[in-house]
Amino acid sequence: MAVTRLTSARQQERRVAYLMLLPATLLLILFTLLPFISAIRLSFTDQPLVPQLQADGTQRPADFVGTENYQRLLRLEFITLQPEIDSATGQPARDETGALVYPRARTILRGNEQYDGLSELNQFDLFGTRYLVAAGDPTFWRSLTNIFTFVLITVPVQTAIALGLALLVNQKLKAANFFRTVYFAPVVTSMAIVSVIWFFLYNPQEGLINNFLSIFQLGPFQWLDHPASSMVSIIIMSIWQGAGFQMIIFLAGLQDIPEELYEASALDGANIVQQFLFVTLPGLRNTTLFVAISTTILAFKLFVQVDVMTFGRGGPEDSTITPILHLVNEGFRGSQQVGYASAIAVVFLLIVFAISVAQRRILSGGQTA
Amino acid sequence: MTQAVISSAERDAAATRARTARLRKSVFKTLDYAVMIALAFFFAFPIIVMVVSSTKPDTQIAGDMRSVFAFIPRNFTFENYSCADFNQAGSLCSPQPGVNPGLFERLDFGRIFFNSVFVTASIVIFGLFVNSMAAFAMARLEFPGKKVFVTIVILLIIIPFEALAVPLLLQVNSFPWIDGSTSWTNSYHVQIFPFIADAFSIFLFYQFFIGIPKDFDEAALVDGAGYFRIYWRLIVPLSLPVFATVAILQALTHWGSFLWPLMTTRGFEFAPLPVAMQVFFGQAPRQWGDIMAFASLATIPVLIVFLLFQRWFVQSVASSGVKG
Repeated sequence: MAVTRLTSARQQERRVAYLMLLPATLLLILFTLLPFISAIRLSFTDQPLVPQLQADGTQRPADFVGTENYQRLLRLEFITLQPEIDSATGQPARDETGALVYPRARTILRGNEQYDGLSELNQFDLFGTRYLVAAGDPTFWRSLTNIFTFVLITVPVQTAIALGLALLVNQKLKAANFFRTVYFAPVVTSMAIVSVIWFFLYNPQEGLINNFLSIFQLGPFQWLDHPASSMVSIIIMSIWQGAGFQMIIFLAGLQDIPEELYEASALDGANIVQQFLFVTLPGLRNTTLFVAISTTILAFKLFVQVDVMTFGRGGPEDSTITPILHLVNEGFRGSQQVGYASAIAVVFLLIVFAISVAQRRILSGGQTA
Repeated sequence: MTQAVISSAERDAAATRARTARLRKSVFKTLDYAVMIALAFFFAFPIIVMVVSSTKPDTQIAGDMRSVFAFIPRNFTFENYSCADFNQAGSLCSPQPGVNPGLFERLDFGRIFFNSVFVTASIVIFGLFVNSMAAFAMARLEFPGKKVFVTIVILLIIIPFEALAVPLLLQVNSFPWIDGSTSWTNSYHVQIFPFIADAFSIFLFYQFFIGIPKDFDEAALVDGAGYFRIYWRLIVPLSLPVFATVAILQALTHWGSFLWPLMTTRGFEFAPLPVAMQVFFGQAPRQWGDIMAFASLATIPVLIVFLLFQRWFVQSVASSGVKG
């Protein structure tokens, strides 16, 4: 009797558990798992966004194209360039500065069947030889270097700033509340909307930022208008919008550090810097880990501010293109090739996944986070 | 009695030391405030410029960026906000002859604002139920496959929605809906349903629920309460901070939602504020007065809500263990 009652109680518990899991599970399957699987499947097809109609009025099914999308996406060739020969002297031609003259990349790539579908990504000199780097999709490679630049700068800088802000507003000052509110305010704005405001502020001719910096004899900077400064402009406004949130998380972490630790270290003669290094930082270890990991995942998705501030182009000269923006441009705008965009999505997901795993390993010092 | 033997020289030295300490402290404090004020300026200036510029004539806004007037209202006008028929959603007011058309002549702001509020609120409210229930089952009930569920949820946190947006768009393009239509595009539900279940929300609930002592449930079970009753009457009331945190995180994320509504809405019928902002921004001629008015109206209400609840917000984040 007792055994059957126990089993029926167990069964009851199971039934309730599955029932409670049902809505979330259904929704996650429908809107995350299915698109995930179809991204993988579509990446091997030439699926367009709007199905083409055939002569009989039915939709043309997408063709399986094998790894064609991946080949175009990932193809990278290093081509050795030969200097041009001056036909008059038979010697290598030199320009007015004495540098060797190389043929134009386009001439090389167009004139050779083997390089079909490649465009110039970069050129570099190594041991006196000029190399041409050509890619099936140079914009994709630029989006990768851009996003890594963005992540590698934004994550540490924003985390450090957020920690600094948290330390400032954690002081027992009357005004601390006020400052906390101000630092947090950008977080509640929406990115697309403040992107428009920053676009206005960054204007090189009449923008407020250049006018302000000119007081200190700085600038004028081209901000979003020049490839050298465009990504910096995106980084600054991203930190402006995001730091306040991490400040709150650090603040919560700071308040968890027992006051006695500070009192004890003060009795031992520790100064403020030593207290920060040996009490605060170790006490914030988990918080920092969480902030760094979550900021990294967010940073990889960079899209809205670039899309709005560069009118969807990721310019100038691809200097702010990101994987997500490239994916949206390929799959939703322009050529609307969902198959190709899916290949971008799959490669991007693999990168993000690998980095999350590696980061967890490294930051948690081998322990599981 | 030792004090009596301290020489006057020693007393002077001690006084000097105290004075330098005090001086150092006040220098430190001044510096402290200077840094905090400079930072406050950095974080506040775009918002101040936005609001102040929205109250100026179009022709004056750019010129004022050259001086401190960027932050000071002058020639105050509501021209950019003109024809403010906040309540007449669905009707555009007609431009008056001789007056620059303002924000409300150019688009139906009320409708767009409602779209944002409705979509965000729906996601948050449904999400709180769906995600907390799933987390309750995972944290406090025994069933086969439990570990698999937890692992999958943690893996799903890493997947960025943005990467799957294009395949999902293709998918919802041919989804049926209860009204008989064969596509989800250009609707509210296409903006709501994909975001109700959220792996990170489930994870936050899970972490919190697992920390509540099990004896509570067992006592309630002995008293004859069902599992739903335990969830609703016991766990939910004990977990209000994490509910608040998840609600705030989800609200902030979806209030700013841009890519998905950009892909799934046409025109302004269902478009939320961020998408309308981008369209408005791209429309020629670009009138900064109207843009600033739009941005201010989209931002100020949320700022006010935040100001009202901010103390509560900080506390809930602190006590719900978002810090990992």
